[in-house]
This record gives sequence, C-alpha cells and structure tokens, in this order.
Amino acid sequence: MRAAIALLLAGFAAAQEPELPVGLDEAQEEPQEEVTEEPELPLGLGGEEPGLPAGLGEQEPELPSGLGDDSSETPSLESDDDDEPLIPTPTGFLEARSGVRTQSDPHERRASISEARLHLDFERMYESAVLRLAADLLADGLARTWRPDLETGEGSLDLREANVSLSPHPSMDLKVGRQVLTWGTGDLVFINDMFPKDWVSFFVGRDDEYLKAPSDAVKLGLFSDAANLEVAYTPRFDPDRFITGERLSYYDPALGRTAGRDAIQDPLVPDDWFSDDELALRVSRNVGRYELAAYGYWGRWKSPAGMDPDTGRGTFPRLNTYGASARTQMGGGIANVEVGYYDSRQDPDGDDPLVDNSQIRTLIGFERDLPELTHDLTLGVQYYVEALLDHDDYQRTKPAEIPERDELRHLITTRVTKQFLEQRLRVSLFGYFSPSDDDVYVRTSANYAIDDSWSVMCGVNLFAGDDEHTFFGQFEDNTNVWFGLRFGF
Amino acid sequence: MRRHLATLLFAATLAAPIFAQEEASAAEPTVDKIVAEANRVSYYQGRDGRSQVKMVIVDAQGRERVREMTILRRDEPKPGGAEEGAQGKPDDSYAGEQQFYVRFSRPADVDKTTFLVWKKPGEDDDRWLYLPALDLVKRVSSADKRSSFVGSHFFYEDVSGRHIAADAHELVETSKTYYVVESKPKDEGSVEFSSYKMWIHRGSMLVVKVEFRDKQGEVYRTYDALAVEKIQGYQTVTKAKMTDLRTKGHTTVTYSDVAYDLGLPEEIFTERYLRRAPRKWMR
Repeated sequence: MRAAIALLLAGFAAAQEPELPVGLDEAQEEPQEEVTEEPELPLGLGGEEPGLPAGLGEQEPELPSGLGDDSSETPSLESDDDDEPLIPTPTGFLEARSGVRTQSDPHERRASISEARLHLDFERMYESAVLRLAADLLADGLARTWRPDLETGEGSLDLREANVSLSPHPSMDLKVGRQVLTWGTGDLVFINDMFPKDWVSFFVGRDDEYLKAPSDAVKLGLFSDAANLEVAYTPRFDPDRFITGERLSYYDPALGRTAGRDAIQDPLVPDDWFSDDELALRVSRNVGRYELAAYGYWGRWKSPAGMDPDTGRGTFPRLNTYGASARTQMGGGIANVEVGYYDSRQDPDGDDPLVDNSQIRTLIGFERDLPELTHDLTLGVQYYVEALLDHDDYQRTKPAEIPERDELRHLITTRVTKQFLEQRLRVSLFGYFSPSDDDVYVRTSANYAIDDSWSVMCGVNLFAGDDEHTFFGQFEDNTNVWFGLRFGF
Repeated sequence: MRRHLATLLFAATLAAPIFAQEEASAAEPTVDKIVAEANRVSYYQGRDGRSQVKMVIVDAQGRERVREMTILRRDEPKPGGAEEGAQGKPDDSYAGEQQFYVRFSRPADVDKTTFLVWKKPGEDDDRWLYLPALDLVKRVSSADKRSSFVGSHFFYEDVSGRHIAADAHELVETSKTYYVVESKPKDEGSVEFSSYKMWIHRGSMLVVKVEFRDKQGEVYRTYDALAVEKIQGYQTVTKAKMTDLRTKGHTTVTYSDVAYDLGLPEEIFTERYLRRAPRKWMR
C-alpha cells in the first residue's frame, strides 16, 4: 500500500522536492485521500502485476501530478498586472548577405548583393490602437549613397512599416501609414495584387519577405456575414522597386541591347499627392469551402510600361484592373484560380506604341503536401497565361527594331519545398518556365537553423533564355549565388 | 518552419471537465465509449479555451529549441444542441466542428506568424497561415497529418486529435486506475505505427500515457502527461512530453494561463483576425 502511494506521489514529489525515501512518506499530508482514491491498486493490478518482474512497473504509468489528487481547484491564474512596458522591446534580426554573379556582366559589378541589415520591429498598444514601427538599418556595399531614400529603400534606412491600427467600429478595421499589403491567390505570381513589389530584392537573393515593398496608404476593412470589403487608398503613387540597371542588367529596347550601369533608368514617377493616387479594393466572401474574391484597382502600371516621346524616359501610364479569384481545398491540397483584366487607360485601342496594351491574365494553381512520398514535402504547380489584347494593332504600330512580344505569354511555375533534420534545414526550389518566351528563372535556397537565434542560408538565382529581350532571359547575366548569416532576437 | 506550422492544435489540452463519477461505479463501459469519452475530454471540453503554450524541443545532443504560442479554441455549437458532457453518448456525437487560432511569439523568425484551423470531423481540415512580414494569408495543405508540428516531436495529429474511427480499439485491461486500450489502424498504409496503447485515467478520462509501436512491434514513441491541474472545474493536462525513442529526442509542452468558456466570438477565427491579432482575447 505504501509503495503504491509513493508511486502515485512520485511524480508530484519529484517536481517539488527531493523524493522521500520509502518509509518516510507518512510526512506527506492526506495520504488517506489517496488511499480512498487508489486503495486497491495492487489488487486491481494483481491479475497481471505480482508475478511479473519488477521492470513491469513501467507498464502502468504513474499518474501525472494533479491526477489522483482532486483536493484543490487550482486557482485561476490571475496575472492582470502584466502591463506593457512604455518602450516595447524590439524584435528583429541582424543579418549579413553576400552574393556574386557566376559570370561576368559587362554592365554590372561582380557583386550582386553585399549588405548588413539590422531589422527592428516595435509594437505598442495604446488603448485600442496598435502602433507599429519596423525599420531596417542598412550597411549596403552596393548603394550609391548612405542617404536614405524612403521610396526606393536605398541608402542606410529602409522604413518597412510605420502605422497605427484601429477598430473604430466593431465591424471596421483601419490601418493608416506605411504598411505592407498583399492579397490574391498566386504563389509568387501576382494578378490582382497591385501593391508595390521589390523585384531587385527578389532577384538578388534578399529574404522572400522583401519581395513586398511598403505602401504609404490607408487601409479600411468592413466586415460582415454577407461579405467583406477592403479598400486601400494610396494618396501618392507607390511604384514597384523596379529594375533600373543600377544592380541588375536588363534589356533596353531603345538601345536594342542589354544594358545596366551604363544606361540607368530614370523614369518619370508621378508623385503628386491626391492626383497621382491609387485605389485598390477587394470584396471577399467564403462560400462553403471556397474563398471567393473580386478585385478592382484604379491607378497606374507599377513598373515602367511606357515611354515619354520627348525625353525617352520611362513612364507609368494609367491602369485599371478588374479581377476575381477562388481558392479551395481539393484532393488534400489547395487549388486556386485567378483572373484579371488590365485596362491600359492611355492606350485603349492598343495602337499607341509608347504605352503597353491592355491584357488579360489568368492563373490556375495547385499545391499539396505529399505524405504518401515523404513527410515535410510540399509540391506546387501553377499555370499562368498573359494575353496581350489588340495584338494586331500592337504589331502594326510597333517600331520595327523593337523585338515583338507574343500574343500569349505562357508561364509554368513549380515549387518544391522539403524540410530535413527535424525541420532545421529547409530547402526550396521555385522555378518559372516560359515555353513561349523560352526562358527560365529558378530560385533555389537552403536555410539551416543552427539554433533558435542563429541561422545560415544560401541560394542561387538562375536566369536563362534563348533571347536577350524576354522577361527572364534579359537577366541572364545576373545569375547569382549568395549566402547569408542571421541572428534573430 | 513557417510553412509547416500548418495545423496545430493543442486544443487538445484546452479542455476537460471531469468525467461523470458515477460512470466508474456503473457497469463497465464499452471500449468505444471509453475512447470517445477520452477523446472528448482531451479535445472538446468547454465551449472554448485559451492557453499560452511553450514547447521545448530537445534533440539527442541535448540542444534545445523553444516555440511559444498563444492558442485560442472554439467549438462550433452542435445543431442538435447536445449538452456539454452529456452522459450516455457512446459515440462521437459531441465532436462537432472546431476552430483554432494559434499565434507564435518565439522564436524570433516566426514572431506574429499565425495559424488558423477549421477542423471538420470526417473531412480534411481547412488551414490558413499568416506571414506578417508579407501580409500574406496563405491557405495550406492538410494532407500531411503525421509530420512534425513546428519541428517538435508532436505530430499535427497528436495535437489536433486523431479521428477515433480511424482505428479499431480494444480494451485490454481495466485496472483500478486505468482503462488500457490498444488501438490498431484500419488503414495501415496511412500511418507509421502498427498499434498504440493508451492508459486512460478512470477518474478523469485523461490519457496519461501512450505507447506507439512500429511495424516490428517495438515501442518507438511515447507520450506522457506530466502534470494535471483542475481549472474552472476542468481537469487539464498542463504539461506533457513526447519522446522519440529512436532519435532519443523529446519535446515537453507546458500550458499556462489556461482559461475556459471565455465566450470567444466566432469572428476571431477568420482572415480578418489573422491580419489583426485579437489582443483582447489573447491577454
């Protein structure tokens, strides 16, 4: 009997104080209660236990502390005194990344990335408002200047977020200030997400999160059972952080060749407050297991899509987009479809060679884990097609020396993500293949978490194409390898 | 790790009123009733719940990794209005839809990363993952149920609950303290174990220990409940351990600040609150 009690109490006692030797356990209070709870343990187990060797003890698990001791209701943890500190402790990371081109590029430096970055993220709650500040302090060996440019993120400071979130009404959310915005269903393919992207970061091997550039915007969300409405208003146009030639060489149709630091793009970015503005909205609703959404955007092409005839500088012509998406679970995976109509407002008939034509973009995708094969493996595939409207007019009016675009640009993407070593090591391959452009872009990366703070990562950005003017083919000389070291806190 | 945060639900331990005392004195319940009740006590107690969860993952070399998260759980009211803890239900009729909201705070690289799960009995779960740096709400596959949850020794299915109809259960022993149940998968090809044995505490119907056996019959994986507290009248596992006997690694999970029946609104478990954490309810 005593032994049984000791056994029962062992777990409890071990957690609190050294275990009492057998025979001294009468010091434990209320053994009687235990006895009433477990009086006949030996008897009850007798059928199996007595005759068996001592090792069998492990057949019957010890009760965890708390069971078999229903003496007291644990007082509900009252910790109402955990006030937030006045200055919140930042989270973030310190990171170094370095990368080089694997071939020489006549128009660029050998280094593709060379930077140290301190990311700091502060969040503070005041009443019902949440203040958020996220900034990167940069030592960028490839930047032209240390002086920060908050629009392009160049220089010594990249302000990622500076905003306040409120809920002025139970069914309304408001977020005002610099923020990162994303919607749509594509995996690294965007149709109705007209928020700014940072293609330079994407191609040189910064972390995936830097693909999204911040917007200076007001985002309003209205939520109801019927549908949700989200509106993002950007009072001054926020373009992509597009390819200028500064860090990545590109095909310059005006020169008829690949160019880079010898022909840095300096397009005319519309920057008048409230007139060069952007409005994006999404109406979404879940129907059964389907997530349905409709989108609208009134603004401009996000990367240069036109040319000023007088100066030859790039322009951002007016663009409206309208689209829809659906996403659901299917066959153990996730299927998505998304379409968008790009209405190029300054070239409605498609016969202005200085402005890109309207387009219809369509995407269908499927992603799934494959436990049938192995664990921690995700495969994804997407098919995307971009139809250039008024292709006849485009052909007719296009200057002869500029390479012709196909009417349909087909793109297939594949994703393979696998984790190893108890998920310490994540290896990922994401490929874009265009059978119509005959070009590819393959992003490969590996990330190894040494511990919860330190991680190392490396990757390859491979571009290849038959022609030097296609979407990915133009970046062929930018193929690069990179590695990085990060300390998170 | 982000990608695989995919499902989680430690909801398991977010619940647990005491099982009817009179049950013990009544005629011995059927094994299906025992398993159903243990499942209910583990995964479906209270209308909703909240817990601060800390996982310490230790590998064979003794290296530790820590994951911390807040978990909110809500049970969809059953259309028929079956009363909580209703007696005499030898089936899984209590097992309605559930929603889970899991927001990570540690390690730093997953801070504010959030999981949303809509668990639908008999169907695949719907899962979403929110990546704050990208403001991206990603829908994620729920096919890989027996892979590691965030690098720990717990599988998604350990924390979300394995469907009790997926296995054939046999009551192999009834001791004074435990019902001992051995379960075998109906579809052997879908799992890595050949059987598992559960020690279900008769007083509380909590699962105190589980041993998983591989196809050779060797025990290779064990679960132990290490601590139980009674919270708002619900017996709650507040500390548990999963051990992988092959790799010699283990994960200890502790639940603190546990609360039940908070009246969590349904709307918390939507995309809106992935983008904006429901601080009021997370403490």
